[in-house]
Amino acid sequence: MNLNIDWSFFTWDLFTNFVLKGLYFSLFLTVVATAGGIALGTVLALMRLSGKKWLDLPATIYVNGMRSIPLVMVILWFFLLVPLIIGRPIGAEVSAIITFVAFEAAYFSEIMRAGIQSIPRGQVFAGQAMGMTYGQNMKLVVLPQAFRNMLPVLLTQTIILFQDTSLVYAIGAYDMLKGFEIAGKNYGRPIEAYMAAAVVYFIICYALSWSVKRLHKKIAIIR
Amino acid sequence: MSWDWQVFCQDTITQEVGASCFGQGGDITYLDWMLSAWGWTVSVSLLSLIVALVVGSVIGTLRTLPDSPWIVRLGNAWVEFFRNIPLLVHIFLWYHVIPSIFPAMKSLPGFVLVVFALGFFTSARIAEQLRSGILALPRGQRYAGMAMGFTTFQYYRYVLLPMAFRIIIPPLTSETMNIFKNSSVAFAVSVAELTMFAMQAQEETSRGIEVYLAVTGLYVISALAINRIMAFVEKRSRVPGMIAAGGGGH
Repeated sequence: MNLNIDWSFFTWDLFTNFVLKGLYFSLFLTVVATAGGIALGTVLALMRLSGKKWLDLPATIYVNGMRSIPLVMVILWFFLLVPLIIGRPIGAEVSAIITFVAFEAAYFSEIMRAGIQSIPRGQVFAGQAMGMTYGQNMKLVVLPQAFRNMLPVLLTQTIILFQDTSLVYAIGAYDMLKGFEIAGKNYGRPIEAYMAAAVVYFIICYALSWSVKRLHKKIAIIR
Repeated sequence: MSWDWQVFCQDTITQEVGASCFGQGGDITYLDWMLSAWGWTVSVSLLSLIVALVVGSVIGTLRTLPDSPWIVRLGNAWVEFFRNIPLLVHIFLWYHVIPSIFPAMKSLPGFVLVVFALGFFTSARIAEQLRSGILALPRGQRYAGMAMGFTTFQYYRYVLLPMAFRIIIPPLTSETMNIFKNSSVAFAVSVAELTMFAMQAQEETSRGIEVYLAVTGLYVISALAINRIMAFVEKRSRVPGMIAAGGGGH
């Protein structure tokens, strides 16, 4: 056992200079990817449940394709392809945002699909009997209940998404982990920096999953 | 856009296309490199899976023991530790931090450290699945074991675990596929697996699309293979009448 660990370098200045910028990006990426992923994922889920083959098939291929490829490869693919398609280079951060929205949409769509399917058929029939159109039925009857049933799972996926943002390391985007790493390198204390990164990730994710558990209990009682 | 699949027949050093797409006399083509990278991906994944299954089974079982709150708490702490820190950070902890705390581990290759990181990371998920598998069994099974005079070890070994493991085969399948996908994170500590190959070959040859397509294809093939193998295991191990038939490998 040779513990040569010195925390004295780890000051508030270091935190604001290196880590905070990365933390903001990680959180921003999480929020944007969650919002975009749920929106796009709902569309994908509706396509898969539409019963029309020309809508179902592309959505199924997209979702299963995304889910069978490692996220790191998806990040690399978008970093390579997006500049080719739009014809000019984009930054790692922008590329990461596009990637995460597209990638998480596949996962959110599976959650949404399960949520929509969990709504009893009678609800849909009741809506139809009231003379609602498909859009009204979805917007007013099915989706509000589906969202509520799925809220804990959606939030858990968001926590996983927050952890996954660390993988933008592959294209060198400046996220929280990168912030810790650069701070560690600048001060010659990489070991402490990685440990601090682990602690900060743990505190954030543990607090979030604890709140999700509380919320789950609350919702379960009301229902 | 034009395809150039010749890139895989290029020599990795001279960048010349050889007569055969497999290097001869010690030369290495990109195809050789990619196949060996696939080998690394498969070895990292399978070894991690073994670590994860062993550790996950132990922790998952401990978390369901009756009348031992501290062991249960320890198991819960293990699971929370691994579930709330990203895999990449775990890999950095194993690769950078642990060898500097235990100098004896400095001689270990990065490959071994990644296997431990990925294995322990996944063990927490398997522990969680096994716990819910055991809790899903009717309580009477445990009591029946006790009434037969089995010790705690015996009724876990002969009554609870055989059923629990069958129940969790579907989530275990997706976890095995996750291990293959997660092994890509090993690129960060320079293990020569597929993602590392993809990044380096893309840089050296500038034929990114061909390289990425081939690598992505290998990942998909690996995932399909696992899915089929696990579906076979599920079919073979099914107890008639106990577990609802159907529901594929997912």
